[in-house]
Amino acid sequence: MRQTLASARSPASETIGPLDRGGPAQPLLLVNGLRKYFPIKSGGLGGSATYVKAVDDVSFDVKKGETLGVVGESGCGKSTTARLLIRLIEPDSGTIVLDGDPVGGPRGLSLREMRRQVQMVFQDSYASLNPRLTIRDTIAFGLKANGIDRATAGKRAGTVLDLVGLNPSMFEQRYPHELSGGQRQRVNIARALALEPRLVMLDEAVSALDKSVEAQVLNLLQELKSRLSLTYIFISHDLNVVQHVSDRVLVMYLGKVIELGPVDALYRNPLHPYTEGLLSSRLSMSPRKRIEKPPLSGDPPNPVNPPSGCRFRTRCHLAEDVCSKLEPKLGAPAGGPHIVACHARTPGSGHSLAGKAGPATTPSS
Amino acid sequence: MTTVTSAGPIAAATPRKGRRPASRSFWETAWRRLSRDPVALTCGAILLIILLAALLAPWITPHDPYRTSMTRRLLPVGDARHWLGTDELGRDLLTRLVYGGRMSLFMGFAPVVLATLIGGFLGIVAGYCGGAINMAIMRVTDVFYAFPSVLLAVAISGVLGAGLVNSLVSLTLVFTPPLARVAESVTTQVRSQDYVEAARATGASGWRIVLGHVLSNVTGPILIYASSMISVSIVIASGLSFLGLGVSPPHAEWGLMLNTLRQSIYVAPLNAILPGLMIFIVSMSSNLISDSLRASMDVKV
Repeated sequence: MRQTLASARSPASETIGPLDRGGPAQPLLLVNGLRKYFPIKSGGLGGSATYVKAVDDVSFDVKKGETLGVVGESGCGKSTTARLLIRLIEPDSGTIVLDGDPVGGPRGLSLREMRRQVQMVFQDSYASLNPRLTIRDTIAFGLKANGIDRATAGKRAGTVLDLVGLNPSMFEQRYPHELSGGQRQRVNIARALALEPRLVMLDEAVSALDKSVEAQVLNLLQELKSRLSLTYIFISHDLNVVQHVSDRVLVMYLGKVIELGPVDALYRNPLHPYTEGLLSSRLSMSPRKRIEKPPLSGDPPNPVNPPSGCRFRTRCHLAEDVCSKLEPKLGAPAGGPHIVACHARTPGSGHSLAGKAGPATTPSS
Repeated sequence: MTTVTSAGPIAAATPRKGRRPASRSFWETAWRRLSRDPVALTCGAILLIILLAALLAPWITPHDPYRTSMTRRLLPVGDARHWLGTDELGRDLLTRLVYGGRMSLFMGFAPVVLATLIGGFLGIVAGYCGGAINMAIMRVTDVFYAFPSVLLAVAISGVLGAGLVNSLVSLTLVFTPPLARVAESVTTQVRSQDYVEAARATGASGWRIVLGHVLSNVTGPILIYASSMISVSIVIASGLSFLGLGVSPPHAEWGLMLNTLRQSIYVAPLNAILPGLMIFIVSMSSNLISDSLRASMDVKV
């Protein structure tokens, strides 16, 4: 499966940063078998331990210079995945390879080295800034933690503030409560950029902003991306924004990757019934195309005891016997970079629709 | 990514020109509010006067605090030579009250300061580390919690024996668990904040995060709680002396004075309640200041 992922070409792989080690073909980030179960009841005294399977065997890659959109319902493990990648949470298992260097382990990158290259912007622009520190101190903190002296760190804080469109002389000495939501999110972006990362994870970074500010920040992110040759993982529940910013899109459901493909192919021709449902849940601008009934009903099942086989089968209109027995594997039904984990789309899976009803995918990218 | 055409350029967020208003930190705001609070100012002034008097005792008191006089016992308040009268051994009460302030104020502040340092440290470590370390620290403090504070202070002083240092130790032990508890609970709250996560994401070490991000956010609640402990400390310290477990005679200490003058309450009631009045004034003032402190820090910034 690693081959399938690696063979998918990125449309934006020509922008490569100065720190590049593995060459343009080496994905910036390779994630394999990432897993995190949160214990909710300890197994002591006879009771068996139960776990929330927040992220279960997630594998994907992020190419240099691309924006990988990650979508899925609330609680599907998007944010946990991001926190696992930057090791705010320790994964139970799985490997992360950053531009050819494994993260952790005796010969791999140390956490600190990894975090200089991978940074994150959080959703809540207010909670992610320390109310007691000035903007300048907040940004300089990470630099000082990485051994940069106070004066240089302060100067650099001013530079990155300028970079995100905030006048340093005006904003440096301010406190978070003196800024607007959009300005605060710019500060968060500035903090992430201060360490000159190569990969920035944007965890719902624009979701809490109002639409006009959101558009400004999206434009800023895009400009920064090309100026600093960044790579983004863009986590959002807003399908339109993801379509707008992403080169490829990853769809998660209940801790699993269920579909991954180039944005155009995936939006034009979703392979997984869940993706299909998600996409048709978007509201149309035309009142004639009113949606009367939600395309996806019910809540996702409990991640403590996910359904056997395919986790989506309880809400899927294509579910058959095989779906409850076998867990579908990610694969490319039509070859090419668009991969999906669904029996109905996998030839020879035993599903009645397999091999014939699967919409023909044109390997485009 | 294609440009969102509906929005303006990046520079749109740059605010208008002109002088921006001076930024004020949380502490500056809190201090300004506190310094405008009439209750805090009055109580602060009272405490300051008592503190200064205690510090300058040898230079401002009219008599020797230890000189007894069998002929001048229990002179009433308002006597020409002894303004606040004398005690049961004929010693000048005003002088002894001023000298007693040294001991009582020391016993009010020192245990609280020590307990704040120790308890604050333990609580922040427990709160930030969580897990087994939290468990170990907090369960030990729970053991101390199980006893009423006065009883605990009496028990520890009783075991260690009377004396200034021993009462200091016992009071510090009494106040450490609640302060550790407060520090732990606020630290636990702060630890889960996004800005701490963001600081961890920059690769900063635990100590650096505690010093740079946690401390500035937990000091307020810890200080407020500690300041409310000062009055309790004065009262318990006086109580210990009253019971004979604190300072020993002939030292001047308000609790001790209250005890020895107790027998004269029917002969010279005004003299007998004076030390109690001092305890009341000091503990009340520090309580009110603590209240104002809480109010002044109660700003959402």
